Amino acid sequence: HVVNQLRNPSWAIVQRREYCLGVLPDGIDRTSEAFVTNSRAMEEIMTQLQSHVQKVLCGGGAEAVRRNKSRDKLLPRERIDRLLDPGSSFLELSQLAGHELYEDSLPSGGIITGIGRVHGCLCMFVANDPTVKGGTYYPITVKKHLRAQEIATQCNLPCLYLVDSGGANLPRQADVFPDRDNFGRIFYNQAQMSAEGIPQIALVLGSCTAGGAYIPAMADESVIVKGNGTIFLAGPPLVKAATGEEVSAEDLGGATMHCKVSGVSDHFAEDELHGLAIGRNIIKNLYLAGKRGLIHEYANSSSEYKDPLYDVAELRSIAPVDQKQPLDIRSVIARIVDGSEFDEFKKLYGTTLVTGFGKIYGQTVGIIGNNGILFIESALKGAHFIELCAQRNIPLIFLQNITGFMVGSRSEAGGIAKAGAKMVMAVSCAKVPKITVIVGGSFGAGNYGMCGRAYSPNFLFMWPAARISVMGGLQAAGVLAQVERSNKKRQGIEWSQEEEEKFKGKMVEAYEREASAYYSTARLWDDGIIDPADTRKVLGLCLSASMNRDLQPSKFGVFRM
Amino acid sequence: MASLLLRRTTNRNPKPLTTPNFSLNSDQSHRIRTVAVYSDADRDSLHVKSADEAVRIGPPPARLSYLNGSEIVRAAIRTGAQAIHPGYGFLSENAEFAQLCEAEGLTFIGPPASAIRDMGDKSASKKIMGAAGVPLVPGYHGNEQDVEFMKLEADKIGYPILIKPTHGGGGKGMRIVQSPDEFVDSFLGAQREAAASFGVNTILLEKYITRPRHIEVQIFGDKHGNVLHLYERDCSMQRRHQKIIEEAPAPNIASDFRSHLGEAAVSAAKAVSYHNAGTVEFIVDTISGQFYFMEMNTRLQVEHPVTEMVVGQDLVEWQIRVANGEPLPLNQSQVPLKGHAFEARIYAENVPKGFLPSAGVLHHYHPVSASSTAVRVETGVEQGDTVSMHYDPMIAKLVVWGENRGAALVKMKDCLTKFQVAGLPTNINFLQRLSDHWAFKDEQVETHFIEHFKNDLLGDPSNEMLKAVAYNTATFAATLVAACVCRKEHQVSVSSLPGSNNLNSLWLAHPPFRVHHDASETMELQWDNEDANDSKQIKLAVTCQSNGNFLVKIADNSSSGHEVKVSPLGPNDFRTEIDGLSININLAVYTKDYTKHIHVWHGKHHHHFRESKKIHLPSDDDSSHRPSFDMASHPPGTVVAPMAGLVVKVLVKDGMRVAEGQPVLVLEAMKMEHVVKAPLSGCVNQLKVNTGQQVFDNSVLFVIKDE
Repeated sequence: HVVNQLRNPSWAIVQRREYCLGVLPDGIDRTSEAFVTNSRAMEEIMTQLQSHVQKVLCGGGAEAVRRNKSRDKLLPRERIDRLLDPGSSFLELSQLAGHELYEDSLPSGGIITGIGRVHGCLCMFVANDPTVKGGTYYPITVKKHLRAQEIATQCNLPCLYLVDSGGANLPRQADVFPDRDNFGRIFYNQAQMSAEGIPQIALVLGSCTAGGAYIPAMADESVIVKGNGTIFLAGPPLVKAATGEEVSAEDLGGATMHCKVSGVSDHFAEDELHGLAIGRNIIKNLYLAGKRGLIHEYANSSSEYKDPLYDVAELRSIAPVDQKQPLDIRSVIARIVDGSEFDEFKKLYGTTLVTGFGKIYGQTVGIIGNNGILFIESALKGAHFIELCAQRNIPLIFLQNITGFMVGSRSEAGGIAKAGAKMVMAVSCAKVPKITVIVGGSFGAGNYGMCGRAYSPNFLFMWPAARISVMGGLQAAGVLAQVERSNKKRQGIEWSQEEEEKFKGKMVEAYEREASAYYSTARLWDDGIIDPADTRKVLGLCLSASMNRDLQPSKFGVFRM
Repeated sequence: MASLLLRRTTNRNPKPLTTPNFSLNSDQSHRIRTVAVYSDADRDSLHVKSADEAVRIGPPPARLSYLNGSEIVRAAIRTGAQAIHPGYGFLSENAEFAQLCEAEGLTFIGPPASAIRDMGDKSASKKIMGAAGVPLVPGYHGNEQDVEFMKLEADKIGYPILIKPTHGGGGKGMRIVQSPDEFVDSFLGAQREAAASFGVNTILLEKYITRPRHIEVQIFGDKHGNVLHLYERDCSMQRRHQKIIEEAPAPNIASDFRSHLGEAAVSAAKAVSYHNAGTVEFIVDTISGQFYFMEMNTRLQVEHPVTEMVVGQDLVEWQIRVANGEPLPLNQSQVPLKGHAFEARIYAENVPKGFLPSAGVLHHYHPVSASSTAVRVETGVEQGDTVSMHYDPMIAKLVVWGENRGAALVKMKDCLTKFQVAGLPTNINFLQRLSDHWAFKDEQVETHFIEHFKNDLLGDPSNEMLKAVAYNTATFAATLVAACVCRKEHQVSVSSLPGSNNLNSLWLAHPPFRVHHDASETMELQWDNEDANDSKQIKLAVTCQSNGNFLVKIADNSSSGHEVKVSPLGPNDFRTEIDGLSININLAVYTKDYTKHIHVWHGKHHHHFRESKKIHLPSDDDSSHRPSFDMASHPPGTVVAPMAGLVVKVLVKDGMRVAEGQPVLVLEAMKMEHVVKAPLSGCVNQLKVNTGQQVFDNSVLFVIKDE
């Protein structure tokens, strides 16, 4: 399975000054027991993941799907498929959002988001799923919608809103309506993006009630489908209650009215397929709005690339299921970068952090990966490398497998907090595209230095067995048990060994549950769980999307010296 | 020779210009320059492009162009041509034209005007032949043309009887009358058609032979009195009285019968002091074994290549040499006869609609490649051409040769499967079935072959088993189509990628990426089963698997689907692997009238699928809607034009009462008359057309109101 695909015969030209300096070794022992055990465990995890995904792909249940179909409506993913260029990939985001989050199941959080190509232009799709709670917005739905808009803003992607929603979920209005990052933010974002010249296109394929009515109204251009599409601030029942007026939905806010009379919508579609075809046409006519950003001109992007020397699918076996098992991040890098070539920076210094340059599908990237606990030297090395990439406009890839910064008196005295702060400062201020993949653990301040969610990477994904929490479950249980014991002691209460173990066990269990990738992805702490075997592809697609904007100069704050 | 003016032949057979033998490369130092003439309808046609020079001679109607002798002669004089080759149709058998040429000092490449005149008049020719001892079919060939008189003559000969114009050929104006009460209608129709096509309306009557064969002998004479024959051709495979498959030599005849035929033909030619190429047609009564003289065609015929193939001679070259006064290059005993040759005529026609001529654009046209000397394709069209309704709808002639009849037949079948035409209906599929038929293989040729084996050849709509087989074949083809179309669409997307940045091309990597699942799409293909006059929708679900193969499932079908591997070979050619079979696929895709048409060829199969683009432009104004061609949308009693054509006669007045089956008007298209009859008894209403008016396919002609 050694693939060495030469896309261009010019690779064959021998150049005497070219040495194979950075070619990484395979780095795994396929016969070792640890490898075999890990592969098996991962297989199970992947099977479980597949079954969760299969469930959400079916939408909101057979009956709702049937009802949807009977109205000549497609499912949201089918709508997206028909908008995409034939053969285009689609990078769906946060597929398992809302997973076991509410008492009711909310497949994919009731909204499908992702990036794909339309007439050669990368677009952000935001598609309500009418089969899930009538397409109403739960808090997580709002969060996912806003996250898609955030990515679109960051990556300069035209937005296609496939609207088919009953608006805010009324029973949960308190968590949906009033706050800054709630429903209203959707329209604020639309206004901001439109102002920046990022096209906002709405296709009204179903209801668009109350607040939802502002999505097409705020759009640059909108399409409405005869019969199915309606836009109104209040539906017929509310109108009757409020004013006594009796009016049909179609007359109140149907396609004919909005295209002929109100002007709320611009394009009249006979049916859904027609509406989707008009949507494609609108993107075709965007012309300059979908233009390639400047980064493309500057980027060290090559038109020819080699595949990695080692099978990318082996990342499934490499992905650590047991966080305590050490993992050489270079064996991951070897399966991600072109030709497995990785030119390391400061290889001998701060060895628990691996930094270096490689290419992904011809695009030069700086890669930062963990090979153990972050020490002072590792943190300084990381800060240095981030500054280097920011200066050269090289996108950064973070491969997180971090238990945290080193603790203890020696570290504190050495100023580990200062060293960590430098890395966090560098990460926060570097204005190059940043993509984070959590391949193993993501614990404590390590998460910050390695560009966790709070540091606004363009994209953040998790491998299925990855874990994220402020610290490990056992450590947390230990800390909490100590606190509890001293509390009890002060109150003069006897705490038996048995009771303490029970307390600890409960803590560990809670931490285990809350650290899981599913728990994270359900709450949109990431942009999705990815198959380790897809990592290279996903990184490539994300890089491509992230390069779609102008260069931004990085300006750093005060580094504590 | 400086230049040679060539007449366009029948519209689709400018053979003289397209085949190498007409450029007379046999003598390179004396290459003959060619000048083509064309009507406005053929401005861009192949025969014009391949000639050294071309001259416009008039508007599309043949009467004003290809039948306008003086204009053609003027063209010859303008371009300094010295000789005129008249081709196969139009003026090739016009004695006046031959005379006109001679009078203007131009060499007419053909027989003497006197022979054309003698043989052109069928009644006169039979008298001459009778006198020369050539056997004749019983009949009436007199000048008295009164309907009543003719009817008496017909009764004398006995029914069934054949009515035929004395001038012209190709089945135009010909009618078979089964019983006396049909006689008058048929006779008058034949007269009208004869007048329109040949300018002369005299008719002859003949006994109609029930199980005949059509065998004709190619003869050749020079200006020194030598006449020989180049063996015979069997042209029995006919539909609508027109040949579709010809072969040489005639199968299933004894060698002494062959020599008798040849001798009779030579005697016939000698009786009229014939020179140049000619064909003596005989009708052979398969029951009695008798043969009768039918007519002599004083020109080189469309099907002459089959003779060329088996005698190894270039007959057009012979024609020019003879016209130039040279003696025949061989004598009778030197004429070789080697192997067997077939010619299949590819027509633009609608076979299930009774072989009605069709017109339209050739969206895809890939004739089989004539790479070897054993395969010849003569064609007057190219991809993108329009087959107009002005002339004969023949698209091409496929000529094959083999060591023996069996070998030639195999070759013909193979070539037919590779002959790709899309955009209009053709008879290719029909020709395939014909050549696949056991009786044809068994040499049981006869003129009524097609009528006789109608159910085998045209399909039997009531046969459920055949329908099921046809549906299965179609779904298999649809499966391959779905996979290839997905691959093809993807290829098109990739080719539209600007620049060479691989990060961007990653979005179009195959298979398309999806998070934790495979990309899939659905396709709805409409398939018409012409045999059963039935249309079915085939719904397919295509999944792009991670290994790059396509999993194609037919909806409403319990099967788990087929995995198809597609490797593109060319823009429309693919190699597919399905269930362990490797199959080459050719696709032709074009869009017409809001419908995507997909043609697929694989092995011996050709299927045509339609995919509705379904998006109709919304219109607030009903008047801007396209007229609906759906018959069902017309009120009962509405009669629409079965095809585009010219109204030549309106037989009733608007408001008149008519009986069921009564002729209402006569439509002429593709030089054939079609009587449009009342579908039921009632009053003719809304008769919207007049004589001389052009009507379009499916346009409303009139409505019969039942009273």
